[in-house]
Amino acid sequence: MTSTDVKSAVRADSGLLDVRGVQKTYYGSGRTVEAVRDLTFSVGTGELACIVGPSGAGKTTLLKCIAGLLPPTGGEVRLGGARVQGPPPGMAVVFQEYGRSLFPWMTVADNIALPLKQKRTPKPRRAALVAEALESVGLRDVPHAYPWQLSGGMQQRVAIARAIAYEPDVLLMDEPFAAVDAQTRAELEDLTRSLWRNLGMTVLFVTHDIDEAVYLGQRVLVLSGSPTVVMEDVAVDLPAEREQLSTRALPRFAELRAHVYEQVQRAKTFHTAPAAGASA
Amino acid sequence: MTLQPRRAGPPPAPHPRSRTRTGALPEPLLGLLGLVLLAGVLEVLPRTGVVSADYLPPFSEIADALVGVAGEESFWQALLDTAEGWGYGLAIAVGVGTGLGLLIGSVEVLRRATASTIEFLRPIPSVALVPLAVLVYGTGLESTLLLVVYAAVWPVLLQMLAGVRDVDPVARDTAASYRFTRWARLRHVTWPTALPYLMTGVRLSASVALILAISSQLIIGSPGIGKEIALAQSSNAVEEMYALVIVTGALGVCVNVAARALERRVLAWHTSVRTEAVT
Repeated sequence: MTSTDVKSAVRADSGLLDVRGVQKTYYGSGRTVEAVRDLTFSVGTGELACIVGPSGAGKTTLLKCIAGLLPPTGGEVRLGGARVQGPPPGMAVVFQEYGRSLFPWMTVADNIALPLKQKRTPKPRRAALVAEALESVGLRDVPHAYPWQLSGGMQQRVAIARAIAYEPDVLLMDEPFAAVDAQTRAELEDLTRSLWRNLGMTVLFVTHDIDEAVYLGQRVLVLSGSPTVVMEDVAVDLPAEREQLSTRALPRFAELRAHVYEQVQRAKTFHTAPAAGASA
Repeated sequence: MTLQPRRAGPPPAPHPRSRTRTGALPEPLLGLLGLVLLAGVLEVLPRTGVVSADYLPPFSEIADALVGVAGEESFWQALLDTAEGWGYGLAIAVGVGTGLGLLIGSVEVLRRATASTIEFLRPIPSVALVPLAVLVYGTGLESTLLLVVYAAVWPVLLQMLAGVRDVDPVARDTAASYRFTRWARLRHVTWPTALPYLMTGVRLSASVALILAISSQLIIGSPGIGKEIALAQSSNAVEEMYALVIVTGALGVCVNVAARALERRVLAWHTSVRTEAVT
């Protein structure tokens, strides 16, 4: 589980994940909603990028387009050079609603093993991956419990274990910690960082929490309000070793946080007010 | 953000287990008390002359007749015949209802194409098919089966259709993102989602099937408890007739208890049954 080799240049020109001019319009009965207008960015191999934006900014829509769960109306998503037309192999998604994403009729171990079965991972390897994944999220003792017997934070750990046991190249996380308490949230943030550093996968992390985005990411993409465009791509030049208290106390953290905060504030009125009306 | 017209949360609990206790007496004891009270009323009404004992004999005499009936070979044969008509009929109905429900429920075109047909066929009372049953199958077990299956298939089918449609969008997205095959989605996502609905359907169908099994024996005269009731009535054995009616009631209770036990076993993970959830 070495990771240094994959963590090469941040922001490669042609990344592992390329989002090119993605546009998404929902056609309802008599009502069309342009959720995403024009999104272009790329994420390099082994990067950890966060996406923030005001609520209703089409973050979930974007993530679903990337995951191949929703076809974009325009533009395309490319993963490793191949166009995404359905859920691609080598990609795992962690949803915000862990309680609905985990299957209540299966034990924790079965929940984690089922996607591996779908991948036709041989049985002994499957068992090893399940045990390893549970170990790495700190849940060694619960493989035979049912998800609903666990606390919310533990359930989300199970969902993360399921994702990493799948050994994805790209891990998408859709506001994964929005529904857990602050203490658990801090633990899960650190868990995400350490898993990313140990496993060397590419992580795209969607959140509405600016602190979280700055604390976690190597870069933060700020989205505008709907219809969505990328407003800014902020490089987070904080040390790689991050720790809840000391990192958040760094002057640089405060600067970045303030900068992203301003951007998000501006994002809310990005389409309604002209650029001059930005926040002071 | 996505426009999802679905409601969040788990499927409706078919029967949340109530733990309320009325007064100091525990639930089963209260139920028993009610039965004893009913028996008392049935004893007192004819004895005091409020109701003619010719039409409603005192409960003690019905109980006597019940003991007498239980000693006869023909009663047990009739009970077996009834159980057979009920059991086979229910099994066929559940099989057909489940299969059709899964198929129609998962193919949108089929669902829309069959909706009106189902709404038309469903309200037809099974008893209206008695002439047809007799015409085609005579007075044997097959007639009973036709009526039982026709009546019992609807609850299962409708529950199944509702269940298949209730798959949680997040669960569906999860299955899709991990590239589950069509079969795996059916087996691991759709089926478990529909299972609580199916269990409710089976419970409803079990009662309906019993009603139809006995009705058909009563009307057509196919062998079973229903036929015995008709015989007792025509030979003016009023006590025996009531005794047999009580047996049908007891059968109904047994069927319900068995259905609930099955439900609890199969749905141990479901919110309506599980007991040790943390949150």
